[in-house]
Amino acid sequence: MKLLRDTWLVFGRYFGLLIHNPVWIALGVLQPLLYLILFAPLLKPIASMRGFGPGGAYNVFVPGLLVQLGMFGAAGVGFSLIAELRMGVIERLRVTPVSRVALLLGRALRDVISIVVQSLILILLALPFGLSIHPVGIVIVLALIGLIGLLTASVAYAVALAVRSEDSYAPIVFTSALPILLLSGVLLPLGLAPQWLRNIAAVNPLSYAVDAARAIFNDSLGDPSVAKGVAIMVVLSVIAVVIGARQFGRAVA
Amino acid sequence: MVGANPEAVIETRGLRRVFKSRQRQVEAVVGVDLNVSAGEIFGFLGPNGAGKTTTLRMLATLLPPSGGTARVAGCDLATQQDRIRDRIGYVGQAGGSDREITGRTELIFQGCLYGMSTAAAQTRAAELIDMLELEGAADRKTGTYSGGQKRRLDIGLGLVHGPKLLFLDEPTTGLDPQSRARVWDEVRRMHDRGTTVFLTTHYLDEADALCDRVAIIDYGKIVAEGTPEELKRAIAGDVVTFSVAGEQRRALELIQGEPFVREARLENGSVHLYVDRGEQAMPAILRLLDGANLQLLTVELHRPSLDDVFLRQTGRSLRESPA
Repeated sequence: MKLLRDTWLVFGRYFGLLIHNPVWIALGVLQPLLYLILFAPLLKPIASMRGFGPGGAYNVFVPGLLVQLGMFGAAGVGFSLIAELRMGVIERLRVTPVSRVALLLGRALRDVISIVVQSLILILLALPFGLSIHPVGIVIVLALIGLIGLLTASVAYAVALAVRSEDSYAPIVFTSALPILLLSGVLLPLGLAPQWLRNIAAVNPLSYAVDAARAIFNDSLGDPSVAKGVAIMVVLSVIAVVIGARQFGRAVA
Repeated sequence: MVGANPEAVIETRGLRRVFKSRQRQVEAVVGVDLNVSAGEIFGFLGPNGAGKTTTLRMLATLLPPSGGTARVAGCDLATQQDRIRDRIGYVGQAGGSDREITGRTELIFQGCLYGMSTAAAQTRAAELIDMLELEGAADRKTGTYSGGQKRRLDIGLGLVHGPKLLFLDEPTTGLDPQSRARVWDEVRRMHDRGTTVFLTTHYLDEADALCDRVAIIDYGKIVAEGTPEELKRAIAGDVVTFSVAGEQRRALELIQGEPFVREARLENGSVHLYVDRGEQAMPAILRLLDGANLQLLTVELHRPSLDDVFLRQTGRSLRESPA
């Protein structure tokens, strides 16, 4: 009960800050939109290749873009936390009896909302290009992307609290995010990849999320890869939230 | 035994904190024993890096101690952190308000974090805004505040839930004299309402003017403790400070054997003498220097200050410590 109330309070604070700067939501959509307009057309000729997968260029590419948005949209959230550490805000919050889980979860849920809104905008913008998706599929895919956002944001906050400086945070987060993304087949399906690349991808949890997203856009909601992808993201998100909340409890200077 | 004194709001025994970095261990707080009674303004005086903030952060549940025991606001620091958090307020050096949020919103949010309803938090925020005279600033973002307004808001954030113990970490550092005086007034008003205030400072005049009791900390250890008056009285007599043209050491050697000199030392290019009766010692000093052909450049006679206490205990002057 206290956890719910505290999470709601913390969420309200950070959601308020987001609403005062809605331009960030638009900027978050801009990059995937550029991919959609300037890169996706290149895929049309190879969409018929063996290994590309069914559904046409946009139904294969947009799920990858959404996963990328979920991850990169949340990877940068640690910067604002580092600024708050400097202003003494985090220390001030830690001295109150507020739940440490709520300190993490309230912020991360704000990030999730922002990512889900951006994902929805991107899906709607992609429809005229030839994307097709079932309404139920939209709900499930948004939930999946939201989980990726929760996972990434929790890890990002934990890293920010551990390193406490932008100079260390940026290289750590962005140099680890890129290979994880590339090795999950976000840009092109791993069906096109050589065997060694596929072997590495098999141990990358994010590739299961990408598989799940593609299956959803392929109208195969009952496909086992959907449940598998969602389940893996749920488990990892819970672990990341626990680790992130611990960091909030510790936050030693 | 911790917990023996029912009057104590803070009671620590052997409180320690070690920071480990890759190469070495730093003992920031070496073993601090404190007794702070209800209703006191207790000052923690020391140079930067002495361990003041580290001790404060441990007592405010922000940093786990490496050793020792403590009771804060009637609760055990190791096992009852949540109950301590309900009862204390803490104002850190950085403050704690977000530049992008208005002062009023910050106060209301803070009240809600302590379990108040939104309506109660709004009422309390309005009270504090009135009390701290922030009416003109309350609905602006805190990024636009002057140093004094910001510090008053920070103190307000620490007072939202009416804590019986308030920690203030260097509450007047960086403030202009006028804002500083207002913060002092605020602290005295809290004191009048019965709040115990534990503050750190590296300003001697602040400790002297504001605090009922002072502990002097240096290199993580308390080197002296008592009321400002007691501490100064411990250096019985007066302090004579003088400098001569040329070798100060010669003057020191000349004077230090004299029977009226209790203690003599060289500090920052001048000779400091602790004497029983300054007005009697002065002529004798002048005669001695004259006889040795040492030309006197400056001479000063004063009552011992907390700086003299600090100098006597640590061998260094707090005024001259690098800030």
